[in-house]
Amino acid sequence: MTKHPDHISASKFLDELRRFQKGSVTRRHFLGVTGLGLATAVLSTAMPGLRPRKAYAGLSGTLNVTTWPNYFSQENYDNFTKQTGVNINVNVFGSNEEMLAKLQAGSTGWDVLVPTNYTISTYKNLDLIEPLDLKLFPSYDPAAQDPRFLGPGTIDGVTYAVPKDWGTTGFIVNTKMTTENPTSWKEFFALTQGPLSGKATVQDYQLTTIGSAAKALGYGFNTVDKAELAEVEKLLVATKPHLFAITSDYQPPMRNGDAAMAMCWTTDAAQLNRDMPEMSYRLGTDGGEIWVDHYAVIKGAPNRDAAYAFLDFILTPDINAKEIEAHGTPTTDARVLKLLPESILKNPILYPAADQLSALEYGAAETLTNPDRAELMARFKSA
Amino acid sequence: MRGSSPRMMALSMTKTTRPKLVTALLLAPAALFFVFLLLVPLTVVLIFSFGERAPAGGYLPAFTLQNYMDLPARGKAFFNTLTLAPLGTLLTAIFAFPMAYFLAVKVSPRWRVAMLILVMAPFWTSQLLRYYAWMIILGNKGLPSWLAIVGITDVRIINTPWAVLIGAVYGFLPLMVPPIYVSLEKLDKRLLEASADLGATPTRTFFQVTLPLALPGVATGSMLVFILLMGDYILPQFLGGGKVFFIGNALVDLFLQSRNWPFGAAVSVALVAIMFVTIYFYMRFVLSKTDTRRAALV
Repeated sequence: MTKHPDHISASKFLDELRRFQKGSVTRRHFLGVTGLGLATAVLSTAMPGLRPRKAYAGLSGTLNVTTWPNYFSQENYDNFTKQTGVNINVNVFGSNEEMLAKLQAGSTGWDVLVPTNYTISTYKNLDLIEPLDLKLFPSYDPAAQDPRFLGPGTIDGVTYAVPKDWGTTGFIVNTKMTTENPTSWKEFFALTQGPLSGKATVQDYQLTTIGSAAKALGYGFNTVDKAELAEVEKLLVATKPHLFAITSDYQPPMRNGDAAMAMCWTTDAAQLNRDMPEMSYRLGTDGGEIWVDHYAVIKGAPNRDAAYAFLDFILTPDINAKEIEAHGTPTTDARVLKLLPESILKNPILYPAADQLSALEYGAAETLTNPDRAELMARFKSA
Repeated sequence: MRGSSPRMMALSMTKTTRPKLVTALLLAPAALFFVFLLLVPLTVVLIFSFGERAPAGGYLPAFTLQNYMDLPARGKAFFNTLTLAPLGTLLTAIFAFPMAYFLAVKVSPRWRVAMLILVMAPFWTSQLLRYYAWMIILGNKGLPSWLAIVGITDVRIINTPWAVLIGAVYGFLPLMVPPIYVSLEKLDKRLLEASADLGATPTRTFFQVTLPLALPGVATGSMLVFILLMGDYILPQFLGGGKVFFIGNALVDLFLQSRNWPFGAAVSVALVAIMFVTIYFYMRFVLSKTDTRRAALV
């Protein structure tokens, strides 16, 4: 704990208040330096109605959270354990398909899942996640969410998952390695087969690799049309000899200079650009993916109470803000946005201009289960 | 009735049944292991291989041969595995033999244990970590950039079959050296002297005495490496960059990505069948070469 002075002068208090109002300090910092936080905490213990997080009483055991790599703040998880006595066991996965495969195989023992938008309806139809009891995590406020992110988690008016973070799938170019300036998927694939042969990577992921190739050909990102998929397969198979790799772990070759261009997610793009300013992230002008990751609770979760306590904890704006600062993925929560520093908010990789987003599409549920897309990807990889 | 009182009968029974009981008890763990962790899962895989993919992925009971008819769709994966696994095994044996020979024959016994431990040392770090290191060594800032200094430019190693072979030799050398070492250590050094006395050149001695006597070790080591390479998917994934595709990678995709369990099961059955046939003929060949040494495979 930081040591705070036990008193504060009136003018200093007003300074701090201004800083807080202007958004240059976080609410946590403001409450800390002014002592208001401590005062509120003392008062609230005297007034049971204000006592925060009373739901955390009586919890124990382990909470199994299944999520993506580098997608949480360890400090937050440690604090959750401190407050509740519940240990968090994190399972990390590489794709939604893999998560679904594990859940279909049965008895995972998972409690909380981080699914991407296009998988939620399948989880619901297979009876793998439960309808969320919003009363159990009051820190979640649908009104603070951007309405376009609320669609995928709500099915027939019932909330099955709540938004965690959002982002895009574009491509990143190392501008020190090439003078080419691709702005579309069409150019991405043309350059891969041409000047950047041997220096480009696509993701090991059917949704984005097939979807982006489909966009390059002028089809829909989510196409399942057999004739269109056959054309996509032709493009991908013709591109394969020119690819440096088919991998979702493209940060090492990009950093290493093995690859000059990579199909890339927001978070990786921000991390690469932070360390190497020559890394330039682009969204395809011909389209591409926008995605929203969610929190969901597994049906029959062994530690259901802790799962809801976790959602309530992690969605508390000042705690959620720390999540964003730790992993850098854009938040969906307007309350959290207010707490983030300008360096994050002004980053065009994380928050692109609205007109750049208009061409992007959500992945469709059908792509997750469609056998033709799955088999196309497998044939492309084994070609 | 004196001689056959119930007590006497029980006594004589324990005398004859006890050894059998002990044998059964000693065998039980292995037998249970064999049945529940090998035969039962294999049966399940066989049953699944005749099924159909459920609409959202997974298994739907059916009886169809379609999955086996679809096997040619993974022809490239079978081809890659069936060429690179034997080649990788051969290269590993070629690299391991001089090492094992050095350890068994040349190194003074004082240093032998320390040297053997050094051969094993790579196993103390995670395999993933070591493959990541090789990604950097073989990447363009590693080996190719050193070759460029001496004028050999535009060399691409990472994400080619060559990278996978290098990784195979590196990764599996510690499994190949010990069996060969054991064979060579048992080798009666007087045979080498006798061969020299009888006028054989060192080369001839090696091919006519040393190598045949070390063959059981080479065979055992090769078997270990070959079986592991045939099923490997991490090595081609990391050093092949998803471009050198093994059956193991096809299986991971079928079970975890497209969730076509029945087709995955059919591919597994085909892999097991191929392994079984290959190993059967390989062992027959090795045993015919080592004739009387059937029992001495190490």
